[in-house]
Amino acid sequence: MKELVLLSGKGGTGKTSLTAAFAHILSSRILVDADVDAANLHLITPHSVEIEEPFSGGILPVLNPENCTDCGLCREVCAFLAIADTHPPRIDPVRCEGCGVCAAFCPSKAIRLEPRISGVWFHSRTEKGPLLHARLGIAEENSGKLVTLLRKRARALAEKEPCPVILVDGPPGIGCPVIASMTGADLVLMVTEPTLSGRHDMLRLADLCTKMGIPACITLNKWDLNPEMTESMGREAAARGLFLLSPIPFDPEVARAMTLGKSLTEVSTGPASQAIRRIWREVEDLLGGTIPASHAMKPFPMTEGKAEDSCF
Amino acid sequence: MKVLVSSQGRTLDAPLDPRFGRASCFLLVDTETLDYSVVENTQNLHLPQGAGIQAGKTAAAAGAEAVLTGHCGPKAFDVLQAAGITVVVGASGRVIDAVQHYKNGRLKKAASPNVEGHWV
Amino acid sequence: MILSVASGKGGTGKTTVSVNLAATAPMPVRLLDCDVEEPNAHLFIQTEEVRRSPKKVFIPKVDAEKCTLCGQCEAICRFSALVTIGQKLLTFPEMCHACLGCLRICPEGAILHGERLLGEVIQAKWGRHELIWGELRVGEAMSPPLIEAVQGAAVADRPLILDAPPGTSCPMIAAVRDSDFILLVTEPTPFGLNDLRLAVDTARHLSIPCGIVLNRAEPGNTLIQEYARKESIPLLMEIPYRRSYAEAYSRGERLTDKDPELKKAFEQLWRDLEKKLHSLSERRLP
Repeated sequence: MKELVLLSGKGGTGKTSLTAAFAHILSSRILVDADVDAANLHLITPHSVEIEEPFSGGILPVLNPENCTDCGLCREVCAFLAIADTHPPRIDPVRCEGCGVCAAFCPSKAIRLEPRISGVWFHSRTEKGPLLHARLGIAEENSGKLVTLLRKRARALAEKEPCPVILVDGPPGIGCPVIASMTGADLVLMVTEPTLSGRHDMLRLADLCTKMGIPACITLNKWDLNPEMTESMGREAAARGLFLLSPIPFDPEVARAMTLGKSLTEVSTGPASQAIRRIWREVEDLLGGTIPASHAMKPFPMTEGKAEDSCF
Repeated sequence: MKVLVSSQGRTLDAPLDPRFGRASCFLLVDTETLDYSVVENTQNLHLPQGAGIQAGKTAAAAGAEAVLTGHCGPKAFDVLQAAGITVVVGASGRVIDAVQHYKNGRLKKAASPNVEGHWV
Repeated sequence: MILSVASGKGGTGKTTVSVNLAATAPMPVRLLDCDVEEPNAHLFIQTEEVRRSPKKVFIPKVDAEKCTLCGQCEAICRFSALVTIGQKLLTFPEMCHACLGCLRICPEGAILHGERLLGEVIQAKWGRHELIWGELRVGEAMSPPLIEAVQGAAVADRPLILDAPPGTSCPMIAAVRDSDFILLVTEPTPFGLNDLRLAVDTARHLSIPCGIVLNRAEPGNTLIQEYARKESIPLLMEIPYRRSYAEAYSRGERLTDKDPELKKAFEQLWRDLEKKLHSLSERRLP
């Protein structure tokens, strides 16, 4: 079993569209939507929810006003300014970090710590294997922990019923939930765009992959919006040890598929759809370890294939 | 000597669990007599993170002199080292095999952690 | 006045809206890029760097001479940042959430103030405006304190425009919670709508009024308009879907510099926002 994580740094570059297309191409796979903040994969993956469970991440202090002497010590020791200057004190769950220091110091034991329900997670059935997804409550923390829970479930399922691949649709950024999405994975696929922001975010994410010791490959989405940038980003990515995959051309079919609520490969055989099928074959090679150690897997962008797919 | 092996099951025939911090359970095995006992990998569920650290403490409390496992992250490694426990990574197969290999000197002490820390 | 630009989904055009909004402001403004994981606003702005300051947070440092291994610090720490093992107290700084519990509980004064670098706050001049952004150190997971440092570096002597990180969890909340108004940027797709709903719920949860900016608007697609009408949320602006906009963005060009019509639309947005905020502040008076 191999685990592939799709990431981008910058949001909205096509992670979910690519994940859904891969999910459609493959005959058997486990899907994980690790963007628990703004989960979207379920919107274009026909599924039925089989298990729904609350997720408790950390603790929340609860004040019992009967025991409270209003001494104010809890407010004083809270490093997160989460206890309002009211009488009796009021705990702001949005600011609370769940450290429990207030309860530990309360001289009259008026604060007890309760599990904090911060979301729900789902085990759903799809035609070709389970989908693990979640909904984090508004203004909740611990999305990293929720991501870890989903991935752990996915791995447990993969051990029970042999499944060739776990596809993880990752969150944007490079912080806590992203780190939680990628630790211990086999390969990171970076989906990025040839824009100044895309470049900036790609470099930061590439550094993170290096730091975590996870091999990574990259595709440039809508590469023909800026062929020069595509080429220079390809060079930079290769210099950082990323495997270069075929780029994806700008194709209005992508938006059409999304509006229909379907995966691109399901509704289109256009240039973007073809590129994605090609990318999956390349990723499969990488996961299977049949790629030579050299990073220069192929010239970038792809010079083979259709003329309009190439920027040369 | 007593070695603690990360295990997927509760007998010596069980496959070794390659994970240390998140191991299903541990077997504390006497390398001479092959007597063993099951040590639960009880994680304090109210703690949001630090499985490797907790497991390291469990190993120390069990009185293990060495830990045999597949992978060990930096935090667990630090804890085990501070407790004076020998860390052996890269073990695989059944628990009994790992113990025999260790006795025969085919598994070597690790000088550093062999995986990045697992987040959360 | 604090105006936040946010969205549930990433890549909908938050930075485009905040940068162009700042560029067309009728008064000097301060633009705060609070997406410290992936700050991008500075890529669209010619700036003159004024100051770069490191942001550090507390981590425990142990004075082994004073430590009696009593274990109270380990007991209070919910993040496993301190562990007593054998005759040692180990610390794991990357686990620390800087709650200071260990420092406060230690009866021997054996825990000292250590520091961990979260990232940097960068302040820059940009014509009559100012830009402040944060850069999270790669590999660091805790972004909210750096977001607060970006906000802390700003004086509210002029309007603040706050470019928020995507999502609806801790980093986004940390960015927008003190705002007077939130502009929610979205696109007319099922993903855009789904994440807009989450963002609207968040704004309501925080009791902050909000309005919608529809990016990549296409004639005939009324998905977002219908939602806005149903929920009675003002749709303040529509930016049409044009390939030329996407190309200009890829080169780091500001759309309002390229397209006079769009510039006018942003100026109109300012007038609408000023009216809205004015009526809001009047309503708040007793």
